[in-house]
Amino acid sequence: MDTEITLRVDGAAHPLTVDTRTTLLDALRERLRNTSPKKGCDHGQCGACTVLLDGRRVNSCLVLAVTVDDADVTTSDGLAAGGEPHALHRAFVEHDAFQCGYCTPGQICSAAGVLAEARAGWPSGVTDPGEDGGDLTDDEIRERMSGNLCRCAAYANIVPAVAEVAAAEGVRR
Amino acid sequence: MTTMDRLVGAGVARIDGPAKVRGTAPYAYEQDPGEPICHVAVVQSTVNRGRISRLDPSRAEAMPGVLAVLTPANAPRLGHGLASDLPVLQSLDVHYQGQIVAVVVAETSEIARAAVGAVAVEYSAQGPDVVLSAERPDLYAPDKLMAGFETDSVIGDVDGALASAAVTVDATYSTPTQHNNPIEMHTSMARWDGDRLTMWDANQGPHTIVNDLVAAFELERDQVRVISPYVGGAFGSKAFTHPNQIVAAMAARVVGRTVVFELSRQQMFSLVGHRTPTIQRVRLGADADGRLTAISHEVVEHTSRINEFAEQTATPTRVLYAAPHRRTTHRLARLDVPPPTIMRAPGETPGMFALESAMDELAHQLGLDPVELRIRNEPARDPERDLPWSSRNLVACLRTGAERFGWAGRDLAPGVRADGRWLIGTGVAAATYPTRRRRAECRITGHGDGRWTVEIDGSDIGTGAWTALTQVAADALGVGLDAVELRIGDSALPFAGGAGGSTGMTSWGSAIVLTARDVRRELDEKHGGVLPPRGIVVKGGVPGESPHASDWSMHAFGAHFVEVRVDRDTGEVRLPRATSVYAAGTIVNARTARSQFLGGFSMGVSMALHEESVADARLGHYVNHDLAGYHIATNADIGELDVHWLEEDDPYVNELGMKGIGEIGITGAAAAVANAYWHATGLRVRDLPITPDKYFRELGAG
Ligand code: FES
Ligand code: FES
Repeated sequence: MDTEITLRVDGAAHPLTVDTRTTLLDALRERLRNTSPKKGCDHGQCGACTVLLDGRRVNSCLVLAVTVDDADVTTSDGLAAGGEPHALHRAFVEHDAFQCGYCTPGQICSAAGVLAEARAGWPSGVTDPGEDGGDLTDDEIRERMSGNLCRCAAYANIVPAVAEVAAAEGVRR
Repeated sequence: MTTMDRLVGAGVARIDGPAKVRGTAPYAYEQDPGEPICHVAVVQSTVNRGRISRLDPSRAEAMPGVLAVLTPANAPRLGHGLASDLPVLQSLDVHYQGQIVAVVVAETSEIARAAVGAVAVEYSAQGPDVVLSAERPDLYAPDKLMAGFETDSVIGDVDGALASAAVTVDATYSTPTQHNNPIEMHTSMARWDGDRLTMWDANQGPHTIVNDLVAAFELERDQVRVISPYVGGAFGSKAFTHPNQIVAAMAARVVGRTVVFELSRQQMFSLVGHRTPTIQRVRLGADADGRLTAISHEVVEHTSRINEFAEQTATPTRVLYAAPHRRTTHRLARLDVPPPTIMRAPGETPGMFALESAMDELAHQLGLDPVELRIRNEPARDPERDLPWSSRNLVACLRTGAERFGWAGRDLAPGVRADGRWLIGTGVAAATYPTRRRRAECRITGHGDGRWTVEIDGSDIGTGAWTALTQVAADALGVGLDAVELRIGDSALPFAGGAGGSTGMTSWGSAIVLTARDVRRELDEKHGGVLPPRGIVVKGGVPGESPHASDWSMHAFGAHFVEVRVDRDTGEVRLPRATSVYAAGTIVNARTARSQFLGGFSMGVSMALHEESVADARLGHYVNHDLAGYHIATNADIGELDVHWLEEDDPYVNELGMKGIGEIGITGAAAAVANAYWHATGLRVRDLPITPDKYFRELGAG
C-alpha cells in the first residue's frame, strides 16, 4: 500500500509517495537518494543509520517513514549548515575518528544527540546516582556512544573528538 | 620542481575525510548509475547439504512490481572456471546453508524482500556436518596453505627434545568461527550497456572482481568495469568475488535495467566468508634458563565442501622464536559450512593467540618474566628459512613497550591484585606480520600547468590509502599535496592487486615511487628538467616481490601490553588501558597509521572477549547471525590506547622501507588480553572468547 507523505530533511521539504513498509532509512536512501545515513544492519543493531528526529537521535532503520510525516529529520550532511562543517565534523577529521567512514555519519549524529542530552542534564548508565549528566567525561562518552558500532574500531579516537566539542560547548568540566 | 619538506611520515589529515564525515562520499550503493535502480533479494537454502526437490516461484512472479525470479531452472548459464560458490543458480545441489537458490528482482526493495517469502522451496537433504574436532577421522593435509605456505614444517627431533626438556608446556587452544562483519554490507550495483558491464561494488580491489565477471559472463576484460572508490570496511571479506557480484550482474542482464544487490547483515554470515575455527595444540620445551629447545604447533581447522581454504595458522610460529627442534602442521576437515575466507591477518591472528598464550604459560612454569622469556629466545636469523632478517626489532618493541606501560616491578603471581570487586592483571604478547610486495602498475600524467594525475587501481577500505598514496606521489614528484590528483578504486586504472596481506602501500606506493622516478628521468633527459606545456604521460610499476625477498626474511614486529580488570562477582572483563609498540619500517602517514594500529589491536580485543559465531550442530546454521547476537567491541569496551612505533630503516623490503601495517595490530592482541586475564584471576581460558560464563566454568574446574 502506498501513502503520500512529506519528509522534512535537512531543512528541505520533500513530498513523496512511500510503500507503508518503507523505513525512514530506506525513504532517505532509496527514494530521496540522501545517502548520508548508512545502512549497516537494518535491525537497530549498529547505529550507522542514526539521524536526528526533532533533535533526538534515532535509528532510522527502526522508524517507519509514514510515522514522521510532520517531523524534522537531520542527517550528518544536514549538520553542515550552509555547507560549513559542524564542529563535530572538524573534530572527527582532526582526531581521525574514523577509517572506512561508513559508520561515521551515524556516529556524528549520535554525538550531536549526546551533546544535546548532556546540555539537558540527562544521566547515562555510568552517571553517578544523584549527579546530573551534564559532564561528558571520557567514560560518559564511551557509554553514550556505544550504540554506534565501528568495525574499524576508531573508538579510541572518537572519544577525544567528541570530548573536544563537548568541552567547547561547556558540557565537559 | 621545488624542494619540499618530506610529506612521507607527516600526519596529513585524510583527504577523503570531509566527505566521509558528512556522508557524501559515495559507497557502492550510493553511486549514480544514471537510471532508476531496481532491487535484488535472494532466497537462501535452509539445509546444509542436499538437493532442491521442488522450487515454485509462481506466487512471487505474480506479485506486482516483481520483474523476474531467477532459479536454477531459468537462470542464464555461466561460463566455466568459476570456483567455490560463484556458479550461482547453476545446479540444484546445495553445499551449505545460506546458498542462494533463487533471486528476485523487483521495482523496490520492499517488494523484492516480500517476494522472497513467496518462493516455495523444498529439499531432499542430509543432516549437517558442521562440528570441528581434532579427533575427526577425516582430517587431511592440504597440498599448500593460503598464500603459498608449506602445510607442515619439521626441523630436528621435536619429540625427543620435548621428552628431555627441563620444563614443558602442552596445551590446546581454540578459536571459534569469526565473521568479518564490516559495517558496510556487501553491495553490488550492475548496469549493462549492450555487452558492456559496469559494476559499482564494495570490494578490496576492482581488478580481482573483473577476473571473475569476465569468466562468468564470457567477456573480454575491456567489456567490464568495476568502480569502487569508497569501501565501508572489508577485513578480508571483500577481497575475493562472492556470489553478490555474480547475482547483480546476472539479474541486471536478465531484466535489462540497473540492479542493486545489497546483502542483509544476516546474509553476511553465509555468503561472504568467515574465519575458520581452529584447534591448536602447542608444545614447548625449554631448559631451566628458559631457552626453548622445542616448539610444536599443530593446527586443526575447517574448510567447506566446495573450496579449500587452508588458513596458515601456525606460520608465525615459524618465525617468532629460536629453538633447534621445531614442527608446525595443519590439518583440515571438510564440513558442510559456507566457504571460509581471509579475515584480518589470516593465520597470524588465531595462531598467535595459541603461541603467545603458551609462551605465557611457559614463563609461569619457569618463574620468569614473560618479557624476559621472549627476549631470551630472540633468534639471530629466521629460524626456519635460515635467512638474515631484513630488519627485526621485536626486542626493542618489548623493551620500549614495557617502559611506556610501566611493566617494571610487576608481580609475577596471578590472582593477587584487587581493587574492590575488580581483579587486576597485566599481560604481554608479541605481534608479527610478514612483509610482501606485489605487482602493481601506475600511470602518471603531468599536466602543463604543474598539476599531476596519478592513477593506480589501489583501494582504500579505510586504511587511509587515498591520503598516504597522495603523500607518496607528491614526495616522489617533488611537489605539494595540492598538485597531485590521485585516482584509485577503478578497474579502468592501471593494474594493482587488492588491499590484502598488508601489501597495499608496499606495492602501490612502490609502483608510484618508481613511476615518478621514470617521470623525473624523462623530464631530465628530454625536457631539460621542466614539465613541457603539453604535459607528459609515463607508465611504470613494480613487477612483484622485492628482489631481496629470497635472501632476507621480511617481517614487521610489535608488542602489546594490556591491563584487564575482571569483576570477581560477574566475570565481566574490562580493558582500561593498553600500550602497543611496533617496528614496521617507514610509517607514511602518522595519523592514519595510528588508526590502523589501534583499529587492529581493538579488533583483537574484540576477538578475545566477544566474537564467536555459534554453529548449531543439529540445524547447521549460525545461530547468532546478526550484530545483536555476534558481539563485536563497542566504544565502552575499549580503554586508553597508547600506540607507538620505532624508527626503522629497512633497505630491502621496498622503495620506501614500508612494511604494511593493516594487520599486525590484531596479531598477538588476543593473547595479551588472555594473559592479562590469567594474571588477574589465575584462570587460564584457552578457548576464545573469554566470556563471563567461562570465569565460572574455570572457577568450578579449579
Ligand atoms: S542500520 Fe539501523 S541500526 Fe544498523
Ligand atoms: S570507520 Fe569503518 S566502521 Fe567505523
